[in-house]
Amino acid sequence: MTMLPHGLSQLRSLEAESIHIFREVAAEMQKPCLLFSGGKDSITMLHIARKAFAPARIPFPVMHVDTGLNFPSILAYRDRWIERLGLKLVVASVEDAMRRGLVREEPNGSRNRIQTPVLLEAAEQHGFDALFGGGRRDEEKARAKERVFSFRDEFGQWDPKNQRPEIWSLYNGRVFPGQSIRVFPLSNWTELDVWTYIRDEQIEIPDLYLAAEREVVERGGMLYAVSPFIVPRDGETVQVRRVRYRTVGDANLTAAVESDADTIDKIVAEIATVRITERGATRGDDKVSEAAMEDRKKEGYF
Amino acid sequence: MPGELLRFATAGSVDDGKSTLIGRLLYDSKSLFIDQLASVEQVSRDRGDDYTDLALLTDGLRAEREQGITIDVAYRYFATPRRKFIIADTPGHIQYTRNMVTGASTADVALILLDARRGITEQSRRHAFLATLLGVPHLVVCINKMDLVDFSESRFEEIREEFEEFATRLRVRDMTFIPISALLGDNVVTRSENTPWYDGSPLLSHLERLHVASDRNFIDVRFPVQYVVRPQSFEVIDYRGYAGTVASGVLKRGDRVLALPSGLESTIASIDTADGPVEEAFAPMAVTITLEDDIDISRGDMLCRPANAPSVIQDLDGQICWMDETASFTAGRKYALKHTTRWTRVLVKALEYRIDVNTLHRDEEATELKLNEIGRVQLRSTQPLFVDSYVENRHTGAFILVDESTNRTVAAGMIGRMPGGH
Repeated sequence: MTMLPHGLSQLRSLEAESIHIFREVAAEMQKPCLLFSGGKDSITMLHIARKAFAPARIPFPVMHVDTGLNFPSILAYRDRWIERLGLKLVVASVEDAMRRGLVREEPNGSRNRIQTPVLLEAAEQHGFDALFGGGRRDEEKARAKERVFSFRDEFGQWDPKNQRPEIWSLYNGRVFPGQSIRVFPLSNWTELDVWTYIRDEQIEIPDLYLAAEREVVERGGMLYAVSPFIVPRDGETVQVRRVRYRTVGDANLTAAVESDADTIDKIVAEIATVRITERGATRGDDKVSEAAMEDRKKEGYF
Repeated sequence: MPGELLRFATAGSVDDGKSTLIGRLLYDSKSLFIDQLASVEQVSRDRGDDYTDLALLTDGLRAEREQGITIDVAYRYFATPRRKFIIADTPGHIQYTRNMVTGASTADVALILLDARRGITEQSRRHAFLATLLGVPHLVVCINKMDLVDFSESRFEEIREEFEEFATRLRVRDMTFIPISALLGDNVVTRSENTPWYDGSPLLSHLERLHVASDRNFIDVRFPVQYVVRPQSFEVIDYRGYAGTVASGVLKRGDRVLALPSGLESTIASIDTADGPVEEAFAPMAVTITLEDDIDISRGDMLCRPANAPSVIQDLDGQICWMDETASFTAGRKYALKHTTRWTRVLVKALEYRIDVNTLHRDEEATELKLNEIGRVQLRSTQPLFVDSYVENRHTGAFILVDESTNRTVAAGMIGRMPGGH
């Protein structure tokens, strides 16, 4: 709490706003579900969801869209959280959907687009009418205009011209059968807010976020850690560099950044001075076009 | 230690230099990332612009770029060592009253931009009117493009006097005028040497130092119950807590409270958070309250102090801004209404008048409100609501209307003064 007699620090204000959003959805929607990727935003989201309903349990399940390209430590991390909070986990498997012919592998190896039909199918099967996502408005241009309650039609699609005005904190989650909303409780958080909060709240995070000596190859100007998903190609040399991950996406497409930040304090200090966006720095798949994110959202992506 | 969050709304068109101003605030506070800047520079170069058009930072969607319009409110974030800012950036054209109302609804400050050469325009009058209608406590009038009038003090004073004259017709609590050049940076982040006659702060310092906690209502205790917490577990037995966000006032452990609509009284046994109990709660804290007596309370109910209760009414008198392009507002129609955490249905009894947002003229002959029109209305609700006037309380004085045939949010409403004082 700050020096003001009845003032709330900015992180406490942001946390209060997020708690309000969780409670509003739990009270008004039939069947909400929280999307968990194991990344810092979804971890922060889950941490706040726990606070919103304490001392009761979180009153909705958690879904993981498993692309089959996870960093192995992320899965173990996910399972620890689910067990600790006593939650139900729904796994929507992209590899299973490929075997069933629902989706097909894309030539560039990215499963970012093809996870959308898998997500939509699972949401429909379970009858989820509200899906919490960890998206933040500071991430990307198309997100800057996203609502906290983002309305989706029967196809899970986002129409930027058909969104509901959000006035005060009077959210309207009314939907007809088949329609749904995506809810972004961290809309007003920035990357620095998330890290400062993780530090202040001492939230356990996957060690991929911390700098360590890792074997990497350089590809398209970005550094990729060698793993079963990143096999050095002809002409690429494996070097050992001190790197960390700023985002945790699919293991085959998420690049690491050079960094000395091996503690959360150092990450906060690094993010406070860094001058490139997290997606620009680490995501091969967002660079495709100016409007890549906008297009994916229209197809039903988060 | 960063201070409190400050939310501000900007309104204006490209001509006023609004995008340039936002670009400069982001750039000079180092909140602009190099990849964002590079992509804007690239687009500017491809178009053959003479200089990098910072306005490109603020048009986000391809749909918008293709149509050359801004569809929506865009939210932007920047921080200085003193505080974090959330900008609700809204386009200024007449057809976007809806967006300005949305952006202003949660704003502590409204930033109004004027071009020093043109002075006050119809559009700037509209912005000021909407900001005060939405109860934004602080108005900052930036008189921009001062470089194009030779940083003339007399021109600045002329515009200031004219604006102050107009503002006497509005309910303005705090108004500041700053002479700036967004393009050159005068008085935006650093004090300008070109305006020695100006003894106020540059814009950013003004925003950093603005005291917003005192704008909140710490007198009238209003706690809309949002969610009832009842753990179904063996570890916590017989817990029944009322979760919600404090709308106003300060709640303390041991306080007597009155529950509405039941009218039953009890005492606050604890104010709980996941991090442990707290002694007191105030806006905008999200807490869970337990009471000493087992009384029936559910979502949509409200806790207040026995000697300071909101009005319990079914007949609402207020102003609404109509936000739907697919249908208009007329007497005799029914809507769903959301007020705090309570949904009810209302019947439109009357449209008293429509306000011309440019001239403030009241048209009492009006029979409907169309998209972006504002009017004074009378509504009758099926259930009692626990309200204060919007002027007294931006939380318990606000409501939205939803069209039940489409589920669209069609109006933002502000409750007028209560008969008998409030």
